Formats: sequence, structure tokens, C-alpha cells
Amino acid sequence: MSEAESPWTTGEVVEIERIGDRLVRLRLDVAARVDHLPGQHYVVRLRAPDDYTAQRSYSVASEPDDSLVELMVECLPGGEVSGHLHDVADVGDVVELRGPIGGWFTWAGEATAVCVAGGSGVVPVVSMLRHAASHGLLDRLRVVAVGRTLAELPYSAELLDHGAFVALTRENFGDRVAAPPYPDELEALVDGVERAYVCGSVGFATYATRLLGEAGVRSDLVRIEQFGASS
Amino acid sequence: MPVTRGFGGSPRRGRPDRLPPGQYDTGRDWPILTAEAQPRIDPEEWAVTVDGAVESPRTWTWREAHALPGSTYFGDIHCVTTWSMLDTTFGGVSVDTLLDLARPRPDATHLMAHCETGYTTNLPLADVTDGKAWLVWEYDGRPLPAEHGGPVRLLVPHLYFWKSAKWVDRLELLTTDQPGFWERNGYHDRGDPWLEQRYQGDP
Repeated sequence: MSEAESPWTTGEVVEIERIGDRLVRLRLDVAARVDHLPGQHYVVRLRAPDDYTAQRSYSVASEPDDSLVELMVECLPGGEVSGHLHDVADVGDVVELRGPIGGWFTWAGEATAVCVAGGSGVVPVVSMLRHAASHGLLDRLRVVAVGRTLAELPYSAELLDHGAFVALTRENFGDRVAAPPYPDELEALVDGVERAYVCGSVGFATYATRLLGEAGVRSDLVRIEQFGASS
Repeated sequence: MPVTRGFGGSPRRGRPDRLPPGQYDTGRDWPILTAEAQPRIDPEEWAVTVDGAVESPRTWTWREAHALPGSTYFGDIHCVTTWSMLDTTFGGVSVDTLLDLARPRPDATHLMAHCETGYTTNLPLADVTDGKAWLVWEYDGRPLPAEHGGPVRLLVPHLYFWKSAKWVDRLELLTTDQPGFWERNGYHDRGDPWLEQRYQGDP
């Protein structure tokens, strides 16, 4: 499980796409890049002229085979790093990067797994899905993606293309009435899984872990990546 | 490393000296980070064992742990994900008190904290003795919430907070260092926030 140490390096912004006022998708050309496993994250560090720095971790959305590293960053209120990336960053800018990091919340096809992701928590799952699609492993990865609306759910079109079950809580979707996913909607998806991944806010992760339990997944199979404060 | 074009950063004025490098003050928002599902532990069924390289392995129930001399930590905590929370108050028992009763053998050099979930974290003995570590069941005068590791977590506030294992139920004394959960998964073996020992390969 051990990973090679990853020293600080730099990444140049090759593509940037601002999606609404909450999301920014960045594609970075990383110097001396070490290939990541789907599910891992990078630390992005910004440096001011007086050497003050601010750093935050962001999950990778791209698959390891991608020549660039793609991040999808959600802007948080007053977010010092996410705000800069959304409002100021541009093609050609260089940021400091460290990664890939994290040897636990990873999936490269080694187990049949279900992922339950909420909002921007879908980002590491997108990396897993892209990897699965490129390597003929889609039958080993079942994805439940939960968003408020289709427009607010990052990568919603791509998730649907790869067969994810998308549950929207604030708008009807097809013949599904707006609601969080129900345990019986997960039954077929959790059948035979050897592992489960949960990613999202603290509130979402708590809910999703309970939901998996109600659908019959043992809690010791669940790997969690969560973000945000308790209050 | 290059200056980031257009980045000024948040105001520096008033940035306290007690914030380690790369950390920010999260105020009273205490983030919750776990790698595994939160267990439900009934305090009446909780117990902690100190064993391994000790002369006298011991187990304390909830009531027995509360009967030990109490100890309070007042100060700051620092998470590797870059938040710090200042002026926290935790109540429980000093790890020194438990070790005084279990009596580590002379060859004991490290400690592995084990948790109900299977989570582990390793610490040099020197980092959990002489008033540096606690088992805590109170935060801010109230029972420690389950999502923050209640009923009882380890508290080692001078190291990054992944060392302060939630839902702790065993302290195993070791004669050699062994990596715990995050230490096997890319994080630093010791985790001193003042040295920014975040990940493998840091000084």
C-alpha cells in the first residue's frame, strides 16, 4: 500500500472551464509527474509575492492514462484557494502541486465496488469511471451519484453515459421524483460488491454510509472521503 | 517555487504566531474527517486496554477510566488537511496515568493506538509521555460527539490530528516502530505540524 514520496512540483494550466459560479475545471500539465491511482488527490499551493502560501487538497478527475491532470474544484464561500482558481486563474498560469496523495480511497479495478458520491464528491469517482471505461472494467464499478439538480451535479452527462444511477434531490429526473436514493434503489447495485466508496460532504457521507448499511453493505467494506465542517 | 500570478492571499495582519506553516484558523468549525464508517459505541460497553511491551497489561472500563485522576488539555489542534482550531478544551485522562499503571518495559519505544474500526496510528513513546497525550471523552465541557471520536479518542495535540485516533480502544506498546493506517498510506511517520511533516518524504 505504500506509495513513493511525492515532492512539490509545478503544474501549468492548459485548459480552464468555469462552470456556473461554483465550479471550475482545470487541466494541468504536471512537471515530473508521478502517475496517480483513481481516487487520489493533489495538493494545490498558491504563493503570494511575499512568500505567503495557501494550500488545499483536490481530488483528481482524470484517469491515470490521461496526459494531463484534471481537477474539478468547487468554490467555497471565502475559499482562499478555490476562489482564486475560479476567479483569477487562467491558461498559462503555474501553480505548485504535490501528489498524488492517499493510498486508501483508491480503486484500479482490483475489487467489485459500489461508489456513492454526492455533489463535488463525484470527482474521484469520475477518475475511477474513466479508468474503468478505458480498461474494460465498467462491470466492476457501480456508481450512485447524488445531486440537487442535474445542472449542479459535476460531470452529470459523463456519469450517465457510463451507466451511473443518478438521483436528484431537488428536481424530478425522468420518471424519478426528486428524492435522495432509497435503499431498495441500491439493492441491485450493491449485490456482490467487495468494497464501497463514499465521497461527499460530512452530512452526505453520514447519510450514504447509513444508506449502504440499510442496503446490506457491511460497514467494514466502506471507504470514506469527506470534506467540510461539522457546523 | 514561482509566485502565483494574481494571488495576494488573505490578510496577514493578526495571523497568530501559534498557527503552524501552511495552516489556517478554522474558527469554531470543526471539520470531520474519517476514512471509515462511524461506529456506534455504547460507553457502558467501551473499554481501553494497554498491552504489548508492558509489565502489567491493564484494561479500564468507562467507569474505571473516569475514576482515574482527571486531566484537561487547553490549547490548539492542527489537521494535516490545513485547518487548525485554536483554544480547544478537552477533558479525560493523561496517557501518563495509564502507562504508570501498565509500566512499559525498558525496551518499549513506540505505541500503536488501535480503534474500534480497525484504524491504527503509531507514535514514538516520547510523543505520548510527559504530559503530551490524553484519552479524552469531553470536548468543551460536553461529552465528545461520536463523529469526533466519542465516546473516547486519543489526543496528541502537538502532532497532526490523524495521530489523535478516534474511537480508541487499545494502546499497544511496541519495541520497534511500525506504520499505522495513514502512515502506510502516504502520510508522514511522525507528523509534527511545526516541521510540516505531512506526507512521506517530508523532513
